This record gives sequence, C-alpha cells and structure tokens, in this order.
Amino acid sequence: MSESLISARGLTKKFGDFTAVDGIDFDVAKGESFGLLGPNGAGKSTTMRIIAATSRRTSGTISILGRDPEEHGPQVRAHLGVVPQQDNLDTELTVTENLYIYGRYFGLSKKFVNKKVEELLAFAQLEEKKDVKVEALSGGMKRRLTIARALVSEPDILMLDEPTTGLDPQARHILWDRLFRLKEDGVTLIITTHFMDEAEQLCDRLVVMDKGKIMAEGSPAELIKKYATREVLEVRFGSDRNKEVAPILREMCERIEELPDRILLYVEDGELLLEAIAAKKLHPNTSLVRRSSLEDVFLRLTGRSLIE
Amino acid sequence: MNSGVSVENIRRNGALYVAESRIRQMSKWKGIITVVAVGNPLFYLVAIGIGIGILVTENSGTSGTGGVEYIVFIAPALLANTALLGAMDETVFPVMEGFKWRKMFYAINSTPITGPQIALGVFLAALVRVAFSVFVYWILLVAFGVLSLQDSWISVFVAMYGGAAFGALMMGIVAGVKKDDYFLTVLGRLVITPLFLFSGTFFPLTNMPIYLQPIGWISPLWHTTELGRYFGYGQELSGTMLTIHFLFLTAMLIVGIKISNIRFTNRLLK
Repeated sequence: MSESLISARGLTKKFGDFTAVDGIDFDVAKGESFGLLGPNGAGKSTTMRIIAATSRRTSGTISILGRDPEEHGPQVRAHLGVVPQQDNLDTELTVTENLYIYGRYFGLSKKFVNKKVEELLAFAQLEEKKDVKVEALSGGMKRRLTIARALVSEPDILMLDEPTTGLDPQARHILWDRLFRLKEDGVTLIITTHFMDEAEQLCDRLVVMDKGKIMAEGSPAELIKKYATREVLEVRFGSDRNKEVAPILREMCERIEELPDRILLYVEDGELLLEAIAAKKLHPNTSLVRRSSLEDVFLRLTGRSLIE
Repeated sequence: MNSGVSVENIRRNGALYVAESRIRQMSKWKGIITVVAVGNPLFYLVAIGIGIGILVTENSGTSGTGGVEYIVFIAPALLANTALLGAMDETVFPVMEGFKWRKMFYAINSTPITGPQIALGVFLAALVRVAFSVFVYWILLVAFGVLSLQDSWISVFVAMYGGAAFGALMMGIVAGVKKDDYFLTVLGRLVITPLFLFSGTFFPLTNMPIYLQPIGWISPLWHTTELGRYFGYGQELSGTMLTIHFLFLTAMLIVGIKISNIRFTNRLLK
C-alpha cells in the first residue's frame, strides 16, 4: 500500500453502555476511494466524526496525516472537506454566499475565494442558481452545493456521509459523476453508504460494518468473489410455497437465502439452475438471474438485509 | 489542501471570520433592524416624553426622579434596554439556529474553526448590532434634546457594555438549551418582562419594597441603567456603587464567555 493518510487501530467509541464503534482497524491510502458500508446504526457516521476531529474516541488510536485528531483538531480539519449526512447549509444565504463564507472559515483570501467560487459553481452545475437563496434549491442541488462547499479549501481528503441518501435516481447519477471526477483528480474519498450500487460505483476498497465492527474488507469485486457466487437466481413461488420448495432448492445450489418474499440461490450459472428447476417441474411465479452484488455479501456476512 | 489555508492564521482570526459571516446574515435583516432601531426610540420618546412624562412632572415635579425631567430619567434605561435586547436577539437566535434549527455551527466546526471561536464570533457580531442600535437611539435622544451631546456620549459605551455582559450570559445559557419548546416563551414573558419592569427602569429601584429590590440587584439592566444615569446626565453615584455596577457587569461578561466556551466545545464535540 502506498502512503497511508489515515490509520486506525482498535478504534472504539462508546456512548454510555452502547458501543457505537467496536475496536476497528483500517488504513486509507492517498488517492484511494474508501467506503464504509453498512446499515443504519452500524457505526459509520461515528467513525466519520472521529476522523473529522469532531468526536472523541473512547479508546484505540487514529492518525490522520500523521496527527492525532483529538490533539490537533484544527490542523487535521484544515486538510478535510466534510459533507455531513444532513445538509447544514445556511438556507437564508445565496448559493454563492454559502461557498464564500465557508472559504473564509479556512482563512482563504477574498480574492482566492471569489475565484474558487466560480469554479465550484461550474463543478456543481449551479451557475444559474448562484444568486438564489439555498432554501429554494432542490434536494439534489443542495447536496451538490454541500459537496462544492467542502471542496472550497481544496482538501486532501473529502469525507462524504451518505452522499446520495434521499435523492432521486437522476440526482444520484449526477452526483456520482461529480464524485467520480474528483476521484480521477486524485482526491482521497471516504464515503459511507448503505447503497450497494453506490459502493460498487465509487469505492476502490471498502469495509463492511455491522454493529460497530468490521465484518469484511476488500475491493467490491474481491468481496463479491469471496462472500458470494458469480450469479444469483432470485425466484418467487408465492409466500406459501416458498417454504415448501426451499429444501429442494437447497440441494441444487451453493447457498440459499430465504427472504420473506423471495428465495435467493447462489450459483455460478443462474440460467443453468433455472433450467434444472424447471426440469423438476417446480415453476416459480417469477425468476431473475443477476450478478452478485454487495447486498449479497452483506446478507452472507450478517444474515440480514441492509435496508430493513 | 490549498496553500492559502493557514492554521496559524485561523487560530488568530477564526472568530473574526465567524463574525464576518454573522454580519452578512444579519445584513439580510438590515431593513427590519433599522426600522426597529429608529422606530422603537420614537415610540418611547412620544409616549413617555409627551404622555407619561407630563403626567409625572405635573403631579410630582422632578423630586422623584432626582431633579431631572421624567424623560431624562428614563433615557439611560431605554438605552440600556435597547442594548440588552439587541444583544439577546443576536445571541439567542443565532445560537438556537447554529446548534438546533439549521445546525450551521456543525458546518463551521468541520473547518479548522473551534467552538470558542464560533462563540466569540457570534458575540462580536452581536456587539456590532448593539453598537448600531444604541448609537441610533442615543442620536435620537440627543436630537430630541433629552441628553446632551458632549456630556452623555460615555453612556453609549456604558449601554454597550451592559449589552455585552447580558449577551455573553444569554449565549452561555442558550448554548445549553436542547429543547426549545418553552424556552423562548419563558425567557420572553418571565425573564425579560420582569427585568424591564423591576430594574429601576421607570422609577428608582428604591421606590420598591425592599423584598422586591433584589430583582434589580441581580439585573444587568439595573446596573447598566444606574451607570448610564451617572454618565448620561450626572445622577449622583458613590464610588463604591460605581465600582459595584461595573464589577457586576464584568463578572457577568466573564462568566458568560466562560460558560459559552465550555458549552460550545462540548456540544460540538460528540
């Protein structure tokens, strides 16, 4: 691994009796796009706050660009661009003003910030909205503005907490495109998400978190290869019959997951299995062959679906 | 990181950057702030100066007000009140906004700026608003011949000092408010109104029964008003009382800032 920007060992955070982050280890290399994947309450956001020097850890060590965020909060934060889960823009100010004041918080000169604002408006595709009050923007626009705001200081590390939660599919795709460009420019990205497709799109490497612990680590492809099969056959026999046929199907595939509404069958070749099922005169109401995804990895690791 | 980002620079000037953005936010309300700053004294000058003032003077002369016309007697109190209310507006609401309503303080704190710097920035911006309102009020008092230009200018700074002390304390208190359901109502009706009525604003505090006077003693409005009367038109004030009034406000200022620093730091650091 090349130069490590962030390094955590035994990182733990407790709130009273509740352990939000439970002794995790991870490293993030320069230029890497690193993901924290897991359901709500897995400890992703807490981990992000510790990295962002806005939360005190209970135990363990963490170093960001060689510094302990607890002792050197301002120095660490000077290198970060933070996109929180909920936009905390100043809704009474305009788009331009939001970018401008944020640049000033980094002590940047008015001249530099004014120039940078133009560049960020273009990046966030908000040029036409530059003099509009933030309260009038759509959810997707606010999100892009929050990301643009985090870029005003040209951070070494951009931290995105659930960047596309709550956005419609089109807004998500626009955002992914913007983030992909940043990745191409060599910005180190740290992303939390509970969306599999997002993690697969954006992350070079990720950790799967559940209940404060890291369950697995690797690239999306590695994780899928290790914890799932190449393909998944999804079949539905109707909620009554699913239970009945499951034992038969279990014999025919590498692994089976029975969900309330459907059965997932893990195999190398989904079509072949579907033919075999048809040959046994078991006719599912619907069937779908798809590639395995991180959702399947998560299901395998925790026995639970990501979005419950 | 851009080479223009200097942590040293932010350590020194962070509060000023926060104040700069607060003033920008305030300037969105400049119309209302100006109307209030000008309108409020005009209402009081007309109502008290012409209405109640004549009633008081015709019935009891100036004996109850230390030998000055009633409007002169209450002018320093009105100045002080303007300063305190202005300071309260610009600390209570921004702090509620920053921590609770729009959570902007969390955004500021994800830059190198620290909690105490945010507190100080909000406080400095509040002082700008206070200075503006008090100055406008004072100019009108001078224009209406209530106070003298040469002899009363120190009372502007006295009022500002009282506003600063009260603003700092309010900021410290509000920084600890997690649920705002009743807080603002209770504050307005049960704290601010009695403060206004029982702080020797409209009559000398000594007119009150002794068991009610302590409200005035702990009221920053009373201390500011008494100093204002001394510096505004030369009401008699012993050296001891002058010191006590000044020390009381100073203590409030220091305690308020200390509490704010602690609460801002802890609330931002989860």
